[in-house]
Amino acid sequence: MNIKLLKLLGKNARYSVAELATMLGADEKTVKDQIFEMEKSGLIRGYKAVIDWEKLDSAAVSALIELKVSPQADYGFEEIAKRVMMYPEVESVYLMSGGYDLCVTVRSKTFQQVAMFVAKELSTIDAVVSTATHFILRRYKELDVILTDGDDDRGNFSL
Amino acid sequence: MIDYNKVLNQSFVDIKPSGIRKFFDIAEQMKDVISLGVGEPDFPTPWHIRSEGIRSLEKGKTRYTSNHGLLTMREEISKFVDRKYGVKYDPVDEILVTVGGSEAIDGAIRALVGPGDEVIIPQPSYVCYEPITILAGGTPVIIETKAENEFKITPEELRAAISPRTKALILPYPCNPTGAVMRKSDLEAIAQVLKETNIIVISDEIYAELTFGGEKHTCFAAIDGMRERTIVVNGFSKAYSMTGWRMGYACGPREILNQITKIHQFAIMCAPTTSQYAAIEALKNGDEDIARMVEEYDMRRRIIVDGFNKLGLTCREPLGAFYAFPCISSTGMTSEEFCEKLLYSKSVALVPGPAFGKGGEGFVRASYCYSIDHIKTALERIGEFLKEIG
Repeated sequence: MNIKLLKLLGKNARYSVAELATMLGADEKTVKDQIFEMEKSGLIRGYKAVIDWEKLDSAAVSALIELKVSPQADYGFEEIAKRVMMYPEVESVYLMSGGYDLCVTVRSKTFQQVAMFVAKELSTIDAVVSTATHFILRRYKELDVILTDGDDDRGNFSL
Repeated sequence: MIDYNKVLNQSFVDIKPSGIRKFFDIAEQMKDVISLGVGEPDFPTPWHIRSEGIRSLEKGKTRYTSNHGLLTMREEISKFVDRKYGVKYDPVDEILVTVGGSEAIDGAIRALVGPGDEVIIPQPSYVCYEPITILAGGTPVIIETKAENEFKITPEELRAAISPRTKALILPYPCNPTGAVMRKSDLEAIAQVLKETNIIVISDEIYAELTFGGEKHTCFAAIDGMRERTIVVNGFSKAYSMTGWRMGYACGPREILNQITKIHQFAIMCAPTTSQYAAIEALKNGDEDIARMVEEYDMRRRIIVDGFNKLGLTCREPLGAFYAFPCISSTGMTSEEFCEKLLYSKSVALVPGPAFGKGGEGFVRASYCYSIDHIKTALERIGEFLKEIG
């Protein structure tokens, strides 16, 4: 049941315990206990709203930044990642296979601010060999949630 | 000036459009309706199935197929029906690919029924059986299934409906709109009644893949001795979310299938070619899609049933299809009044039970082919409505 419960919470963290219990055919106490356990163990790390920032007038700017880094004996990928993730602009940090090492997504108010952040903060880290900044032009789907408005063309009735 | 009353086929003109039509016409024009009214899945057709349809077009597979449907398609149907329901049909002449399950039902009734013949139809059920019977010159004999029997037909009801003129029995399970299913033991009891007769069963099993609560669907032809008298109708619309592809099929003894094929050959020629290629992919690699959708429907089903019961509208647990069929008689309104007022005051669309036969009075159909959030919003509004009417 854990996986099913996680899938449901992953889809919508605002389901009430009662609703989750109904959907899973379980009792509320079991569901509540399991959620508590998963939060405690760190399996569930948090709950957030999925925000379509583009709908705001003062739209934020996001970028995906490829970082090539050269880890040292006492300063490996993990340490570099930890350093990078401390900046409040940084939304996510992933270690990647392939052509570069760290994938960093950043959100800030203007293109200029993102550019300056890369130039002044990321590029200056000793272990960072090179950066490539890709600005995100439009989000279509975010964390499993489709950000374009739905198109249910089924009408109101069919028997 | 042509007097159209004189040129039209009177037996067809006499089929009255249901009084509820008016309600639908109004509702269909309203905007921003939170509808639980549609009888088709909200999922898009799985991509790999669509993709095979596209590929067939790219390869130029745009011609007629055999009247029966592509042989590969019939072979895959044969395997599927054997694998899922344990019934064997010869792909050569015991399977016909049709334009949706609807055409298979039409063909089956037309092949069997002539003037004076009676067709036993359990209701509430899908709306096509009665008019098609009348068009074929037959007489519908309605069994009104009861809520206390979970809307299944009982052997007693069947026995009482049979006359020397009975030609066919429609078995519409899993049932739209009631969500009722007939378990193996229920079907065996029906088989006992039919055993000594010549009655042919048209088993409309279009919702066969959508059953809940562990026990899988039992195909009527799988019941001992019933294969020889059963036409199984099934299709792709509900199971694979392929309504617009219009893909269905009929399986049955070749003596009957040959006649249905003859009708199909003259009326339709062959089922759409593109859709057949897509359907082959569905049969071969679609099991996981069904499992995924059933899991989702199951959760929606639990939420909607629980929701209606909490609102005081008694709702049995539907074990098949994708409809809840709650009882609204506690409000003192007829089904149509209830749906009309709910639509006007809360913009929530439900289908009045009598749309599926008189026996549906006191009930409404709520489809759960909608997202959980959509269903929750609809339930909230129905709750407000119930409070307001006190």
